[in-house]
Order: sequence, then structure tokens, then C-alpha cells
Amino acid sequence: MNQTINEIQNEVVDEFSMLGGDMESTVFYIMELGNHLPPMDERYKVKENLVKGCQSKVWLSTYFKDGKVFFLADSNTDVTKGLISMLIRIWNGRTPKEILGTDLYFIDKIGMQRVVGSQRSNGFASMIRQMKLYALGYQQQHAL
Amino acid sequence: MPTLTAVKKNKFDVLSVRAKFPALHQQVNGHPLVYFDNAATSQKPEEVIDALSHFYKNDNANIHRGIHTLAERATAEYEKTRKAVQSFIYAGEPEEIIFTSGTTGSINLVVQTYGRKFLKEDDEVIISAMEHHSNIVPWQMICEEKGAKLKVIPVTKRGELILEEYKKLLSSKTKIVSIVYVSNTLGTINPVKEIIDMAHHAGAKVLVDAAQAIIHIPINVQDLDCDFLAFSGHKVYGPSGTGVLYGKRELLEAMPPWQGGGEMIKEVTFEKTTYNELPYKFEAGTPNIADVVTMKYAIDFVEGLDREAVAAHEHHLLQKTMEGLAEIEGIRLIGTAKHKTGVASFISDRIHHFDMGMMLDARGIAIRTGHHCTEPLMNVLGIEGTNRASFAVYNTEEEVDYFLGTVREIVQKKKK
Repeated sequence: MNQTINEIQNEVVDEFSMLGGDMESTVFYIMELGNHLPPMDERYKVKENLVKGCQSKVWLSTYFKDGKVFFLADSNTDVTKGLISMLIRIWNGRTPKEILGTDLYFIDKIGMQRVVGSQRSNGFASMIRQMKLYALGYQQQHAL
Repeated sequence: MPTLTAVKKNKFDVLSVRAKFPALHQQVNGHPLVYFDNAATSQKPEEVIDALSHFYKNDNANIHRGIHTLAERATAEYEKTRKAVQSFIYAGEPEEIIFTSGTTGSINLVVQTYGRKFLKEDDEVIISAMEHHSNIVPWQMICEEKGAKLKVIPVTKRGELILEEYKKLLSSKTKIVSIVYVSNTLGTINPVKEIIDMAHHAGAKVLVDAAQAIIHIPINVQDLDCDFLAFSGHKVYGPSGTGVLYGKRELLEAMPPWQGGGEMIKEVTFEKTTYNELPYKFEAGTPNIADVVTMKYAIDFVEGLDREAVAAHEHHLLQKTMEGLAEIEGIRLIGTAKHKTGVASFISDRIHHFDMGMMLDARGIAIRTGHHCTEPLMNVLGIEGTNRASFAVYNTEEEVDYFLGTVREIVQKKKK
């Protein structure tokens, strides 16, 4: 992992600013991001892996390797898939400490609330919470 | 000689009607707003908006018990709306019009009073598979409490009630049939007159949920012979927080009050309270005075329209939308009943409804996406939700063209 968490966040902010606040381009861009998410094996798409608090279906599963957290995710809607792909881009392969200590400033900077509306913003917050919970679980489990 | 109203009624011009609705004239995400979410709530004409402001600026007072001028004025205005509603739905008398917070409030009132008093163990309540949650859950609650059973009229794939099955469900055990006039998800117009006649034949009472019907179909409660009818003001160009329950006098008289408080009493002592007459028996506490007063202006607006011409206009928009959608690759219409109004629901084989809704919003088009508070219907149809475009008097053919073109583009873009 060459880039730091904040370097990736800045990259995301730059990409969104290039869209010039145009709603349609932004929505399509978010959906496009979802296309880059590695496919999630069907066997992980189970009820237990559904993120609570999302209107759309979002499956999230993780594994822990060499002290780092890795995420797998999918969603039945393209926009939501794009949203979680941004988080995975930032947090995949990070230590629990890094994840738990992240200030996700990119969300405000790209004007997430305006782009996706309040309901999806709440869903997005649920994804963040769930990802942090996994990180916290690994941290405690491995007494890091 | 034609009267002024008659002259006005002969001229239905969508653009002049549209001009009366300030909220329609705005840009959303850089595009002119296309408001196709009318089944959720309608926009308000200037006279309604002005009436609300006028009331607060000039006549605001609490009603019915005041002796001063403003209280008199506010009371008179409030009661004028009751008379306007009475004549709007052809009720026999104003006392049969109860003001509530909305359709949900009206249904719950019937459930908690008529239902609570008259339902017994093993009685049956009949609803349909296309009911809104607000015409399912209150009945489930009372049925559970009383040990009564809830029976459901099934629907066909096209979204029509199967009356043969309804007939089989009816029996001497049936106490109440509670049925939606126009489906909020499918737009199906149910044959309520027939449903009511059949129920009465079996000795049951009928509640009609007219939440969606009220804006599209002229209603005459005496012709329908329904026992109760519920609707909301906000779905017919009026303010939110207003609702109507129509009930036949003898039934309303037989029902106990629901909420206790001021206004609904005749005499109160610590030993015993006697209740006020209709309609006040069911209107405890200070009601939503300003909005009820304002609702009259929405009714006046509708009555000032040539309703036949409006129905023809709305029907044309619906037909054009359905035909246009059906031609787009991968789009499937949900709800293709022979008799329908106001609502075009559809799904895409490759775009989830939440994504579709967002992409349309990015182009300034407001539709509703999801299960539309009809989850059981979604289960019956085997889908998660739909995209729903719904129309009102002020929508135009140009808007439909723009909408269809945009859906087509989105589907194409997604294909690449």
C-alpha cells in the first residue's frame, strides 16, 4: 500500500471536484466506481452479512490477514455499490488502528448529503459504522 | 345564459392551470422540475397557499368556544370547509364529515371505535392484496386484539381484484370490508360500487380508502352507498395534516368516541362525562384549524375545473406514458388493469429502482421509488419495488415526452 488514507481521500475529493457539481455526472461517476469493486462470491451474500440501516441491500464481509483488514462487498443497487467501493478503496488493507483513527473528511468535502440525499447518507453512515465495528472486533480479538 | 362558472369550466387549459402552482416553476439540478410524484402529495395552487397565510394574518383564533370576533370568524371559516367537503363528496349532512389528520387517521378512527365496539371473536374483516399499509396494519391490530380474522381479496397479475374470490370470502362472519378505491402502487380503479353492494348483501359495512381516488374521480358517497370513506387534503391540492372521515350518521352515532379531551364533551364531572354531538364527538382538542380552513380553497379549485376534461387529460398522459415505457427495452409495466388512473409503475431489468429514481432526479424529474407502503402487494407480484410516475392536473404532454426520453437514455447508457 503506497498511498496513505488521506492521500486517497484527497484523490477522491479531486475526482469529484472535476465533475463540477453536475448532479448527473456525479451519479454516473458513483455508479462507475461500483463497477471497479471486485466481485463478491455469492456464498457471502447471506442475511448475516447485510448491513443494517441501508434501504438497499448491502452485503459486507471481511477477513483479517497480516494484521490488516480486507473487505468484500456488493449491493443490489449501483449507486450504493459505488458508495461502499469508495470506503473500500480507502480502508482495504489497513490496520484496525488506522481504520478506527480515520477522519473521513472526504464525505463533507464532496457534499455527500447533497449528492445522495438524506436517506442514502444514513445508509452510508451505517456502512461506515459496520466497517469500523469489524475493525474494532479484529483489534480486540488480536489484542492489537 | 351561461353562468360565469360554466364559461370557466368549458375552458381547460393546462398551462393556465399550471401557472397557478408556484412550486412547479423551478429548476432542479439544472433542469426544469418535472413533478411526477403526485400520488405521494400534490403541489398547491396559489389560492391555497394564500389562504393559509391569510388565515394566520387575519383570522387566527381557537374555534367553537370563543365569544370574540376572531373566534367567531375562525369558527365560521372552519365550518365552511365542513360544508364544502359535504357537498364535494355529496354527503347527506355536514355532521357526517369528521376532520382528522389524514387518511391514516380516518381509518384508525373507524378501527378504534367501530371496530373496537362491534368486532368479536371469529368475526372477519376483508381487505384486498393491494391495500396501503395504513389499510392493513390498523385492522391487523384490532383483529389480533379481538380474535377476529383478516381475509384478503387476491389480485391478478395485471393488478385487478378477483371478485369471484371476494364473493367466496363474504359470509355472515364478515363484519367489515375495507377497500382501496384506487391503488397507489398500480393505479387500478376498483369496482367499489359492486364491492359495496356485495358486502351489504352479506350484512357487512364498508370503508372506502379514497386517498388516491379523490384527486382523479368525482365521488358521491350516497351513490356509492359506502358506510365510511377516508381521504387526505394534501393529495387533492390541499394542505398536509388534513383528513376527512365520512361516515353514515347512524354508524357515527353508534360509535363511541376515540380520543377524549376538550371539544368532544357535553358535560364533564369527575363521576361521569357526557359526549358532544356529531361531528365534535370525534374531534377532541384543538384541531388543525388553519389547514382545515385552507382545504376549502383546494376543494374550490377542483370544483372550478371541468373534471371530465381533467380526467381526459390525465388519462391521456397516463396512456402515453404507459405506451412509451412499454416500448423501452427491458422495461416492464407493473399494473396494467383495464380501468386505471393517475399512476404508471414500472421496473427495469437492469436498473434498480433506487438508481433509476436518482438518475431521473439528476435530470429534474421527481418520481417515487420503492414499495410505496404496499409490501404485501410487492410480495404477491414477486418484486421488491417499482418506479412510480404519477400525474395531476398540471402535468403536460411535453413533460411526459421528456420523461420517456430520459428513461430511454438512462437505459441505453446503462447498457454500454
